[in-house]
Amino acid sequence: MPERPLSPHVWHYRWAYTMTLSILHRLTGLALTLALVGLVLWLAAIGLGPARYVAWLPWLTAWPAMVLYGLAIVALVYHFCNGLRHLAWDVGRGYERRTARTSGWVVVSVAIVAALVCLYFLARHGAGP
Amino acid sequence: MTMRTPLGRVLYHGSAHDGVGHWMVERVTGLALAPLSLWLLVSLLSLPHVDYISASAWVASGWNPVWLSLLVLLSAWHSWLGVQVVVEDYVHGFGAKTGTLLLSTFVHVLLALSGVYAVLRTVFRGVP
Repeated sequence: MPERPLSPHVWHYRWAYTMTLSILHRLTGLALTLALVGLVLWLAAIGLGPARYVAWLPWLTAWPAMVLYGLAIVALVYHFCNGLRHLAWDVGRGYERRTARTSGWVVVSVAIVAALVCLYFLARHGAGP
Repeated sequence: MTMRTPLGRVLYHGSAHDGVGHWMVERVTGLALAPLSLWLLVSLLSLPHVDYISASAWVASGWNPVWLSLLVLLSAWHSWLGVQVVVEDYVHGFGAKTGTLLLSTFVHVLLALSGVYAVLRTVFRGVP
């Protein structure tokens, strides 16, 4: 790499929670990539037929799987809400610092409520056979 | 004074070697995924059972195969672009970066094709 002057890196700035939200967007995005792997595995189990599905079912309904579903729901809900915030920025809205911070709180609040509602339904169904 | 070469200007290529295509596709797939992921979440949470008959009936019923295939394809595309950005930011060194990006590309293509194939297999097997 040629030696070039670098712009000040992120650590030189006073930490703002909006930075945490931005990093969470990437982390939940990566988590959702793993959730996509899980979804495709489930679709594959169905596609492979009843015998294979029955063999895989205990794994799909075991408690570690349930925990993963819960985490996937939390990741999806957050990435969804914050994704809408990003789309608003992309059309040029909400860039003011005050607005960006407020929308950050709105995203976190809505995501927490929505995730709790989803987790309630997940727990109630139990995804049991 | 401009730093751009005439060839670069003719090809509409800036220093990033492509235009805003990557950025735009990430947004468009994200926008399309908003209703689809909402649909998936509500559908899965309201599935009464996850035994084979209920699951395959849900996959094959109505237009669900279309929505499911779209969801898998668009998620894989969106995820591929997103992972690429993260890798480019945090994985350093030509070998490691290129290797990770190649692996991510292969995995995402595999995910997209397997997902659609699995849905089609379920549809054409029919529900018992």
